[in-house]
Amino acid sequence: MINYIYQLVNPQFISVKYEDADISDNVLVRPRYMSICRADQRYYLGNRDLKTLAQKLPMALIHECCGEVLSDKTGTFKQGERVVLIPNIPGYEREGIYENYQEGSRFLSSGYDGFMSEFVTLPPDRLVSVQGIPYQTATMCEMLSVAVHAVSRLDKAAHKYRDTIGVWGDGSIAFVIACALKVKMPKSRIIVFGKNARKLSRFSFVAETHLTYNIPADLKVDHAFECAGGEGCYDAIHDIIEHIRPQGTVGLLGVSENYVSIDTRQVLEKGLTLIGNSRSGREEFLEAAKMMESQKIRRRLGSIIYEDEPVKSIDDIHRVFATDLNTPFKTVFEWRL
Amino acid sequence: MIYGAILAGGSGTRMHISSLPKQFLPLDKKPIIIHTLEKMLTCSRFDAIYLGIHPSWMSHMTDLLEKYDLALKRVRLAPGGENRNDTIFNIIDEIAKDYGAIEDDDIIVTHDAVRPFVTLRILEDNINAAIKFGACDTVVPATDTIVKSHDGADISEIPDRKIMYQGQTPQSFNIKLLKELYSKLKPSEKAILTDACKICVMRGTPVKLVDGEISNMKITTVTDYKIAQVLVGGIKESD
Repeated sequence: MINYIYQLVNPQFISVKYEDADISDNVLVRPRYMSICRADQRYYLGNRDLKTLAQKLPMALIHECCGEVLSDKTGTFKQGERVVLIPNIPGYEREGIYENYQEGSRFLSSGYDGFMSEFVTLPPDRLVSVQGIPYQTATMCEMLSVAVHAVSRLDKAAHKYRDTIGVWGDGSIAFVIACALKVKMPKSRIIVFGKNARKLSRFSFVAETHLTYNIPADLKVDHAFECAGGEGCYDAIHDIIEHIRPQGTVGLLGVSENYVSIDTRQVLEKGLTLIGNSRSGREEFLEAAKMMESQKIRRRLGSIIYEDEPVKSIDDIHRVFATDLNTPFKTVFEWRL
Repeated sequence: MIYGAILAGGSGTRMHISSLPKQFLPLDKKPIIIHTLEKMLTCSRFDAIYLGIHPSWMSHMTDLLEKYDLALKRVRLAPGGENRNDTIFNIIDEIAKDYGAIEDDDIIVTHDAVRPFVTLRILEDNINAAIKFGACDTVVPATDTIVKSHDGADISEIPDRKIMYQGQTPQSFNIKLLKELYSKLKPSEKAILTDACKICVMRGTPVKLVDGEISNMKITTVTDYKIAQVLVGGIKESD
């Protein structure tokens, strides 16, 4: 069967690759809804260095996706079952190493085709059932799984004092980190620090929000997450080091194209632990899907979704990426190609 | 019920590159007709998919279904006819035999075996349009200017390209509507039919347009076949 794969060939230039899909031992999934990640947008706009673009393109974008099982020769899923797709393909397994950091692991939409295609074929362990969860919200499962991963790692590494957790950033990652914290560390006070008052107003479920230029000097947090990314990384990490108590743990999630200088003198003096986090694995997807069974969580996640018109042509792909530049949080769309 | 009908009644005289009819030629690792059937099978809305096969090639098709693990309950064979419409009506007869009488809301989605690049979106749009409007045709806007010539020597007319489309398949119909319209045609009208949608058009029944894809090409000539091979990964030396 011929599959249509919608590849980004050059920034803002999409072409179709036709490929015979091998469905012999895999599950055949029809993508139904997708959401755009900042990483997709960077590739789409060409905001990566030229060497990286040359190495990774052409490839299909999008790794936040849920779909419908069309057929499954392994017998794991029912026809029509709603699933989220795990974009991480594990590499060489070593005990104690998370699947998303294994050497040789691959990430679909970073050097390998993502989910912008007519069909996707995946092994059954790369799919998680989300039956009963609306498609639009289910697209957030990948992002929530990354938050679950980061919070779990901080939980394992951090000292026992967790009265106050600071989240630096007011975008989608900060939002899902706050959601995951609210579930996994319900006794902690969550304080979110951001630059945009309108975006901070969406964090109605946290204890406090502060504009970054107006943080009280005596405000202290036990642990923190950096979710600013981009040019905001430097200021966020600087603020965290200033406001975190000694021996705190910092989860880093923001991606920057440039090297970020860090006040290591203060890191050493305070005895801080910095943990880098990216992507997630099957365990975190399962936990995120479980979290989404709660209507409260679904409504919370749903509050940052902007659903654009369905994608029915290549022109529509360009349209959703343009829309995403003007939406404060997540752009979600139905995939009808 | 919703039925798929893959039209493969031809015996392959136009290609001249093989004794095999073109629908059986390999495209990447499989025969063209297998690609087409696999794509239609992904559409769970089809209760059954009929393959209208030239009687001489029936046993070859049966072997292919076995080989590619597609001898399924949803896949059925019907004898191809003298022409396209004969094959469609042979398939409708088989449906009536297999499932009893044709019901008022039964739909048939007819598709050329040699259009393996059809998409699930096109199939779903066809089903929806046939249910809602009774008949539909898959088209793409014409890109070349269409020139009419009655004598094959001089231009008679150049129609406005903006209102010109190229017909593809699937073409989909309410089965009862199609049968009723066909039965009302005179033999002289039936003789000039080259297309199933024309049955409706000749009797003034509206046929809705469904967006096709340029890539949903019909592999008819050697050039088409080469283009199709390039699209799915290039021509190998053995081809």
